[in-house]
Amino acid sequence: MTDPIQPPPKKNPLNRSWVSTIPPAARSRAALGLTAAAAEGRFMLQVCADCGATQYPPRDACHKCLSIDLPWQDIIPTGELLAETTIRATTDIYFRDRLPWRAGTVRLDAGPPMICHIHGDVKPYARVRLINRLDRSGQGVILALPEKDTPNMADDPHLRAISSDPSHRRVLIVDGRNPNTPDFAKALKDAGAAMILIGLSEDWLPFQGRKALEDVGAQIIPLDVTDTKSLQRLAGEFGGKIDILINNARYIRPGGVIDRTDTNLAARELEVNALGLMRLAQALGPAMCSRTADGTNSAVAWVNILSAWALANEPSFGSFAASQAAALSLSQSLRAEFRASGLRLMNVFVGPTDDEWHQPLPPPKVTPAAIARDVVRGLHGGFEDVFCGDVAKDLNERFRRNPKVLEREMTGGGV
Amino acid sequence: MSTLANLASNIADGSVKVVDLTHTLDPDFPVIILPPEFGQCARFRMEEVSAYDHRGPGWKWHNISMNEHTGTHFDAPSHWISGRDVPMGAVDEIPADKLVGPVVVIDCSEGAAQDDDFELTPQIIEAFEAEHGRIPEDAWVLMRTDWSKRSGAAYLNMASDGPHSPGPTPDAIRLLVEDRNIRGFGTETVGTDAGQGAHYTPPYPAHYILHGAGKYGLQCMCNLDQLPPTGAMLVAPPLKIKGGTGSPLRVLALVEN
Repeated sequence: MTDPIQPPPKKNPLNRSWVSTIPPAARSRAALGLTAAAAEGRFMLQVCADCGATQYPPRDACHKCLSIDLPWQDIIPTGELLAETTIRATTDIYFRDRLPWRAGTVRLDAGPPMICHIHGDVKPYARVRLINRLDRSGQGVILALPEKDTPNMADDPHLRAISSDPSHRRVLIVDGRNPNTPDFAKALKDAGAAMILIGLSEDWLPFQGRKALEDVGAQIIPLDVTDTKSLQRLAGEFGGKIDILINNARYIRPGGVIDRTDTNLAARELEVNALGLMRLAQALGPAMCSRTADGTNSAVAWVNILSAWALANEPSFGSFAASQAAALSLSQSLRAEFRASGLRLMNVFVGPTDDEWHQPLPPPKVTPAAIARDVVRGLHGGFEDVFCGDVAKDLNERFRRNPKVLEREMTGGGV
Repeated sequence: MSTLANLASNIADGSVKVVDLTHTLDPDFPVIILPPEFGQCARFRMEEVSAYDHRGPGWKWHNISMNEHTGTHFDAPSHWISGRDVPMGAVDEIPADKLVGPVVVIDCSEGAAQDDDFELTPQIIEAFEAEHGRIPEDAWVLMRTDWSKRSGAAYLNMASDGPHSPGPTPDAIRLLVEDRNIRGFGTETVGTDAGQGAHYTPPYPAHYILHGAGKYGLQCMCNLDQLPPTGAMLVAPPLKIKGGTGSPLRVLALVEN
């Protein structure tokens, strides 16, 4: 079993906060396939299309037959620990602060031996489960876990380092008026969040949801992503206390381009959905980036809830979809800007949500509880991309297969 | 001494007081809320362009954005469908002499304190006139409710059946426009109409009747409790926006001590 992490004591204001460092990030182009799979928490390796040999490490030509046709496939992630070592001294600045560190070799049931980090509860020569996750440099690494869950296993330092675990951390949920906020607050509380802050825009309008949020112990603070001043105030007060930010601000109206007669709604969609993300990041990003090594409750993740229509436009909500595509593109820039700090940016893509604006659409529609579940799952996994619900998953699959075919299907070109 | 020289000296020595009837333009100031499927009134927003920094080392300035009807604002006749064809109905066309003029203030603050849906009726107007004399032609008429002292959610006072705030009845507005031929009507609430004004006939009677007759509106004003019932002068020039249906503005009143 793992010793449970204790709630962190209040910081000693005389001590300098640790500065962010990241593990070695250099990878070959082929090895980025591992990173892409880890972004969604998938365990994938190249499998030779000609001879069927499973490849590790990732490469450009098959180790057996030299074929260059090496597509990535999901692999059964089990194996056996062959050898291990505990590193007690290193010149690497990231691991130097985190010693001792356990690493070793696992023979995968699917064939190749793999170099991996090893969870503290794995016994010598034991059967293991392997997971492929992003480390703090944002690159895919393999971690060997005990075959069966052990008590408090999420508190193992190897696992905590690659997850964005909400336990003991302080969370800001940006838009208290979004109908998914109560479910988010509850799910994060259940996941062990130490403090939940919830932003409320326009307190001059009635807010029916206040009691539900206060009942889960959340604190409601003024925040409007379209108002730069409100974000500056928030950053001044809470900038150093936000470990996980969940940006669920959203403005959505039906309509595309010429079935609207002005750009006002589009401007509002962009103000909230795209520029809101930008303002939030300008106000809170630097402080979060500076606190990624700040102990147990370090800053760890930035979460955007995006529509899967960011990938391909749905013309009945064409203008909204464009704002989501803009937000997705901004999030890629932001992810790169976060990279040196190790702060994770996770996008949770959702299909049509079960709310007033999707009322005339047929099911399936994603419920707030389902999004909340996937947010927590994504944080536990330290993922970058989460596709929530059947519609988002299906859209992602079709997008990968052929974006042009998807465009035609989404815009009425299919059957 | 000329009239204006007299005025200047009276302002300087305090015998004429300048009262500011304007709320601060602030991102948190309420705006009118329509059902979500309608277009909405943009809130006031301000983005820094530079602040004595790398974006402009010696100066600070902002880009601002808002609706024509955000904050303390002026309604021109072309704001309403009834006034769409009124000559000189846009803010840039209004003659300058209409932007300065006499003002009377009808105190409804006691009634509004008792009843959120307090109505200004012809009877109240006639009672006012019995005490203070007939409302002069081409004057501004302001309805004082002390509503401007409310803040937060109490200002719009939204309930599940819409907002509740005081305003004039259709007959009261008809009396002011058709019999008294006023210049315009002003309030402390978010509109010249009552919160429940949609349920009168015609709906939103102040907007409909005022603007149809080429009259003006002022709303979201404050400090009306510092004005006398009669005898003050209102200075209310909207921005000269081409084709504008209204504009945020600084409303001042000159009051003789």
